[in-house]
Amino acid sequence: MIPELGYGALVVGVVLAVYGALAAAAGAHTGRPALIESAQHAALAVFTLVTACFLLLAGALLTFDFSVRYVAQQTTLGTPFYYRVTAVWGALEGSILLWAWMLALYTLIVVVRHRGERDLYPWALSVMLGIIAFFLLVMTIPAPPFQRLLPVPADGRGLNPLLEDTGMITHPVALYLGFTGFTVPFAFAMAALMTGRVGDAWITTTRRWTIVAWYFLSLGLLIGGWWSYHVLGWGGYWAWDPVENAAFMPWLTGTAFLHSVMIQERRRMLKLWNISLVILTFGLTIFGTFLTRSGVIASVHAFSQGSIGAFFLTFLGLVLLSAFGLLAWRWDLLRAQGELDGILSRESAFLLNNVFLVAAAFTVFFGTVFPLLSEAVRGVKVSVGAPFFNQVNVPLFLSLIFLMGVGPLIAWRRASIDNLKRNFLGPVAIGVATAAVLHLVGVRSALAVLTLALALFTTATIALDVLRGTRARLRTGAGVVGAVTSLLLRHNRRYGGFGIHLGILLVALGVTGSQAWSVQTEATLKPGQVVELAGYRVRFDGLSAVQESTHARVVGTFTVSNGGGAPIVMHPSKKFYPHEQAPIAGVDYRMGFREDLYLVLGDFARDGSEATVKALVNRLVSWIWIGGLVLTLGALLAIVPDDKRA
Amino acid sequence: MWRWLIPLSVVPVLALLAYGFRVNPHEIPSPLVGRPAAPFVVRAFDGTEVSLAGLRGRVVVLNFWASWCYPACYEEAPALERAWRTYRDRGVAVVGVAIQDKPEASRKFIADFSLSFSNAPDPDGKISVDYGVYGVPETFFIDRAGRIRLKQTGGVTDELFRAEIEKLLGEPA
Repeated sequence: MIPELGYGALVVGVVLAVYGALAAAAGAHTGRPALIESAQHAALAVFTLVTACFLLLAGALLTFDFSVRYVAQQTTLGTPFYYRVTAVWGALEGSILLWAWMLALYTLIVVVRHRGERDLYPWALSVMLGIIAFFLLVMTIPAPPFQRLLPVPADGRGLNPLLEDTGMITHPVALYLGFTGFTVPFAFAMAALMTGRVGDAWITTTRRWTIVAWYFLSLGLLIGGWWSYHVLGWGGYWAWDPVENAAFMPWLTGTAFLHSVMIQERRRMLKLWNISLVILTFGLTIFGTFLTRSGVIASVHAFSQGSIGAFFLTFLGLVLLSAFGLLAWRWDLLRAQGELDGILSRESAFLLNNVFLVAAAFTVFFGTVFPLLSEAVRGVKVSVGAPFFNQVNVPLFLSLIFLMGVGPLIAWRRASIDNLKRNFLGPVAIGVATAAVLHLVGVRSALAVLTLALALFTTATIALDVLRGTRARLRTGAGVVGAVTSLLLRHNRRYGGFGIHLGILLVALGVTGSQAWSVQTEATLKPGQVVELAGYRVRFDGLSAVQESTHARVVGTFTVSNGGGAPIVMHPSKKFYPHEQAPIAGVDYRMGFREDLYLVLGDFARDGSEATVKALVNRLVSWIWIGGLVLTLGALLAIVPDDKRA
Repeated sequence: MWRWLIPLSVVPVLALLAYGFRVNPHEIPSPLVGRPAAPFVVRAFDGTEVSLAGLRGRVVVLNFWASWCYPACYEEAPALERAWRTYRDRGVAVVGVAIQDKPEASRKFIADFSLSFSNAPDPDGKISVDYGVYGVPETFFIDRAGRIRLKQTGGVTDELFRAEIEKLLGEPA
């Protein structure tokens, strides 16, 4: 029953979404409210149907209904409850379902918040329903989650073991909330082009949406890094894999967009640029989906599958051609009104920030598709790795950290020498002092010195600004806590942005520390033997075997002492899954503010007489995750409704 | 007019991505093609002994599968059975090897598809290691002289089977 019900719901969903898109467009065109209302009902119905599909698939997974192909692929009778739930989006078909569900949810929220509006909203609704129709269509033809499997097997294959991790509930959900979230600003931008109302309305309407989408995308990226760090067992968190790049590119252009809209709001400049950025960001989310699902580019964690690639490519083509086509059509309306007054101004700081972010997005794009380009043009298979991406991006990111300090404090229009002195003399001194101190204490990595000096400079600009704001409020007689709170809430956008900047700086600290100062060693030990690394003594005590519900596990016992303090026992392991060729690492780690100790079990003798262990001391990595928390607080502050200022 | 260059600039990017469908980034040619096939002796599920040496002089199709491999193994199983029935009297042997599978599950799979060619488990994984099997299904076409002539990664179709077998049967032993 489940396959038929699910498939039926999807087909009805496609029809309703197409109908809703057409009705909303017709309503927008003719101005007949009844048509728009009908489209709203369609949006509600689509949401209900997609939710039903979601529940059906979850039900099939929870009850081990192996007559559904997807269930047989993603679970075995031993799969625990938790992973049967996450299996709903653990593979291609289900991930599209999650995507469609989020789109339907966002559409519903847009309807609830904007119904009754008559200028941009009907067109935006039409665009969103059209996009949903595409995703539902994908689930009826190339990637059906509800396909029957005959004959019904006795047991299933099981989830990809790498996905048996608690991060599986948060990472895809956050990432997809980010990806799909950019649909809303895109839809309103398209509405602006169609109606010719290309002023600020679409930007102010979608400002909070953009921050929400951007925040979830950031969170998804960070959780992805966390997953990579504690599951994959190579000690890193980012590898410039095409799938990671696919999520990073819209983040870069989305970040550029968040900044450039401020110039449009303030100075009426960059209309064309902002619309282009939002098209690009949305296009890159679709491109990412295409990349990870078409099998066009080799990647560690791509879900490669047949004809779905052609569907996504066609859709991507349609989106880009029509969106940029509309842009060309409205060209004359989009010409800027404002002019750049001075080189030393906040506008130019933001413009530079945009140039660097878009350049970074372009280099990541270029590096990602280069293997394809090389094969097409020269017939040579190549792969582009971390060295390329690091080399081109590190200077861009360092410049961005610097601009992060300059942008928020420098004056609009034209900065005077006085303004520059007042705002930057202190922070520059702090940055230079940092570099000097680091050099004196023996830090020899020029890159690390530069990054930390720039980060401290930027932190100082933020501190200076908060300090000034608080002092001004203290003069009015408020207490310190009251003064800070009222400052943050009153200018929540500004200080939310600062919070996000601090979060990014902490991430940069973690990345710098782990790149510059991490050390590792590998040793084959007999029981009782010790390997030493950076002050840690790691003793091999023995091996044991454990049978889990989905796999067998060989567990090593290692006693770790670090000078003083009681020794701790760590258990890195190797997991053997019946259907996987290679065992999977079970990392054990102890996190700290200064460093993490990270143990990976390598080869071992079956009788436990010998085992190879890889030990890593990863410096400052925890600050990446702490940065994520700070970023979350900043984003929350930035999306607090700021009506009271009006 | 040059403003229309913006939407047009998308076209080459799309064309490049479309080109991507024609190439398979995971495709790595097997170094075993052209080399003598590794000998093996196995006890099939029906109790008979199957060895490559015993099949010398015939064209051998060695197929690696598993009952948990959807959809490819489920799609190719009927094709293999059809091909076997068509070519069994013309000097062709089809041998299936179930890898990393539970014996009960393999038996159910064989019964579900009424497979009549020889199928055997690979309990210690030795055959799959010898043939460098990376995933299932993979199929090796071995000529009458015992050399591997083609490695098919992914499911075998009727057309592929016919084309390759007719070619190998046409060669002198």
